[in-house]
Amino acid sequence: MRALLCLLFFCLALPLAAQETDAPPPDRSATGGAQTLEDIIARQRGEQIDDTFRRENVGDPDSAAGIASQLGTLGGASDPDLWRALRFNSADVSVSAGGDVAKVLVQDGGMGWYQFRQGPLATYGGYLLLGTIGLLVLFFLLRGRIRVDREKVGRTVTRFQFAERMAHWVLAGSFILLGFTGLFVKYGRDYIAPYLGKDFNAALLLASKFVHNNVAWAFMLALVVVFFMWVWHNIPNRTDLTWFAQAGGIVGSKHPPAKKFNAGQKIIFWSVILLGGSISMSGLSLLFPFEMPLFAKTFGILNNLGVPGLLGLADLPTALAPQEEMQLAQAWHAIVSFVLMAIIIAHIYIGSIGMEGAYDAMGSGEVDEAWAHQHHSIWLEEVKAKQKEASTAATPAE
Amino acid sequence: MKAIIAGIAAIIVVSAAAWYGLNQAGFSSQELNSGDNVRLD
Repeated sequence: MRALLCLLFFCLALPLAAQETDAPPPDRSATGGAQTLEDIIARQRGEQIDDTFRRENVGDPDSAAGIASQLGTLGGASDPDLWRALRFNSADVSVSAGGDVAKVLVQDGGMGWYQFRQGPLATYGGYLLLGTIGLLVLFFLLRGRIRVDREKVGRTVTRFQFAERMAHWVLAGSFILLGFTGLFVKYGRDYIAPYLGKDFNAALLLASKFVHNNVAWAFMLALVVVFFMWVWHNIPNRTDLTWFAQAGGIVGSKHPPAKKFNAGQKIIFWSVILLGGSISMSGLSLLFPFEMPLFAKTFGILNNLGVPGLLGLADLPTALAPQEEMQLAQAWHAIVSFVLMAIIIAHIYIGSIGMEGAYDAMGSGEVDEAWAHQHHSIWLEEVKAKQKEASTAATPAE
Repeated sequence: MKAIIAGIAAIIVVSAAAWYGLNQAGFSSQELNSGDNVRLD
């Protein structure tokens, strides 16, 4: 989570930092202070330039010529001054409908967002998912399936109650639907439309949007239920250190003791809760456009805490146009979703073909005692002690 | 398997309720940003 925040800070704040560290501005006397050919070429090269000479050059109504004087009717701002003010969102715009959103007439952040979405997001997001699958295939080929070492005893113990399993499957099923529909929306134009046609892609994306908007509520509901249901069992404790020291028994032949959830499962749990919670927040912000801005406030808090300074970056922007809020929400939603999808792919692997008997825990809810002893020995002892206690209490004293 | 089927059924029920509820609440951008002077349909 922290790494993701750092990544976003880096992406957002790099331009600001670059502006601050740039060399002194070039001499623009030849153009009367307007941008020079060097400025234009630098921008075309994708370099960050200090644009304050344009941003702040929006006229001066206080020293306007009298209304009857030459150019007095312009009110101290020429047409280029006005366009610059619109361009940099500092013009005093009045609208009859649409509120603050409609007051933004030019919003160039959209281009950066679009390029980020089409470029790094699509590329590295795809690499992350395919790379995760590739690594798991490699791991499977090298390690094989994690088997139950002892012979199965034939006696089972209830690992998860029906309500727990149902909540898990609501969360899992909705996440899979959200993941696929999100990927269709992200990659449909590039990888579906060319092969199956634009009409098919359009229908698929329309259906995806419908599913995504509505199934999201099942995901959020299940996320809350799962949090309260399992948070107690996922608080880190000392046995987790042993689990890490023995690599969870995934590498090697040792099987570290564990309670109901081992350290690996706790990582999955907290990833789902924290990343899923963050995805839900940004998703709600996208579902109710312009009504739940998240980033200006968050950036303000982070600036006050001095987080960007710790990373050697300039303060994050706190004056964001409504459209910028939406662009950031969309970018954040997608970045965190890609990370969570990669984690969940690994979770699906270990819960299915990666480990013998793991699926039973969430399938029927019953696991063989040999399996339970191998993977959750402390939990098995606790369950057996409770069973013994219950049977003792049920047997009347002679 | 029963838990999976129950989970899928719950997803369908919650999603349908969300769809109905959101539309009743008039959440769409079209509805939110339409007014006497602005028609978006």
